[in-house]
Amino acid sequence: MTRIKQHRLSLPARSEDIAKLAPGEIVYFDGIVYTAREGVYERVLGQGGALPVENLSAISNVNFHCSPAAAPDGETYRIGGVTATASFRFSKWMADWLDLTGTKIVIGKGGMPREDYEKILAPRGAVYLTTVGYGTGALLGRGVKGVEAVHWLDDLGIAQAMWMFRVENFGPFIVDSDLTGASLFALQGDIVNQRIASLYDGLKPPALHRYGETDDRKKEVM
Amino acid sequence: MIHHTVIEEAAYNIMAKAAIDIPEDYLTGIKGMIDLETGDLSAFVLKAMVENYEAATEDRRPMCADTGLPRYYVKVGDKARVEGFTGIERALRSATARATHDVPLRPNRVHPLWRTDHNNNVGLNAPEVEWSFEPEVDWIDITTVHKGGLFGSDYRMLFPGDGIDGIKRFLLDTLIAFGKRGLACQPAIIGVGLGGSKDTCMQLGKQAACLRVVGDRNPDPKVAELELELKDVANGIGMGAMGFVGSSMCVDMHIECGHTHTGGMPVSVHTFCLSSRRATARIHADGKIAYRTDPNWFTPYMRRETVGWEEANPAAAEMSS
Repeated sequence: MTRIKQHRLSLPARSEDIAKLAPGEIVYFDGIVYTAREGVYERVLGQGGALPVENLSAISNVNFHCSPAAAPDGETYRIGGVTATASFRFSKWMADWLDLTGTKIVIGKGGMPREDYEKILAPRGAVYLTTVGYGTGALLGRGVKGVEAVHWLDDLGIAQAMWMFRVENFGPFIVDSDLTGASLFALQGDIVNQRIASLYDGLKPPALHRYGETDDRKKEVM
Repeated sequence: MIHHTVIEEAAYNIMAKAAIDIPEDYLTGIKGMIDLETGDLSAFVLKAMVENYEAATEDRRPMCADTGLPRYYVKVGDKARVEGFTGIERALRSATARATHDVPLRPNRVHPLWRTDHNNNVGLNAPEVEWSFEPEVDWIDITTVHKGGLFGSDYRMLFPGDGIDGIKRFLLDTLIAFGKRGLACQPAIIGVGLGGSKDTCMQLGKQAACLRVVGDRNPDPKVAELELELKDVANGIGMGAMGFVGSSMCVDMHIECGHTHTGGMPVSVHTFCLSSRRATARIHADGKIAYRTDPNWFTPYMRRETVGWEEANPAAAEMSS
């Protein structure tokens, strides 16, 4: 197995450090990472609400698409597992969110739609990182050393609230996109796609042609 | 008499065990796949997952923060004596709410329209409780499964003329669609439901994925052969963990069949993810609880084909006479 390059970044991440990240490399973080997903985006961008923190990017410029398994524990919170949620659903908010907050690193599951890397992330000096295997909740939970703050918990609930995590050696994450807009997922997907047609060779056509088996909605099922 | 308090204790404990401790059969399966994996990135992901399982067990924290939709499968022995069945369901709901706070589990359950969250994974039709029965025994088995639910499962009505080719086509469609970028969190235990009515087909496929262990084969030799054939189809796609180039798509393939409409062949596919969370408790008649990770759900009785159990199993007939 080839050796995979690893980075350890202090947050907020500096642009020269972000520029060094290449698709397929591994990253760990120290500092503050915040969570935001549809509940937060809708509140701020949909309804025009103010950010709960001033100068967010001076504290953290890493947006984790995440809902923690968390529970109140006296004055603070106990964080069990931490795992990403699928990011493509948040595509429509990303451009405005990056502009508003100065966020430079987006972490999530599954990457963004292909065109987003070049059109939305790269022009704003931002990159996308993916969690590993989507289930390394315990490793990431270990990296969370405390809850710096949690915003809108009562209104949005545990899963949608904006959590500010103080993290140490928080990872591993895999670099998906770089500052040129190149994407590991896109690259790997292209290689996988080359073989797909041949997998169906020799299989007879389906008896019924329905949506799901065809995109042509004028076509009759028989 | 098996008391509700004992049932709640067992259910509470398996909630934590399922969320934290990866079942041994699945762990062994994943470790075996690392050696065979052809893609570097996919192999890296599998190694990180193994470290993650170890961290979860050491720290007693959930292996994945998306602790899925916790649910129960209950098997009641013919000779088990209980205080009442609604009380069992209440105990299971109570255990779910308590475990959600204490483990903690993520309170994933929300109303489908209003998105309101009780913050305890209890609500309308939640957690699901599926019941089955077992002849001749006096225990109760309670299994919990914590499975995600957004990506990786699908259903299609096929027809007899579609045959095995149709099943393969549907399997490929589903695994490729949800395998890209790893939305299905492969390599997975894949369950295929064949036949039954539509809802039974979905149910059988899900149970096949979640309630049978890696290495288990269907007792029908031809179905067992098809399981291995479909496993090869899945691992031949050229996709590994997270949709990266590789060969690790399927840790094991399980098929369950149900007699179906003469004109149709419904099929469902379910993927039980890299955090294949299940745990079982057996509550004996004296109230003692024994824990394990093999649900042993598909007993010979569950797969009976004839009117009565005794006809299919003369030994059982002898025992009960």
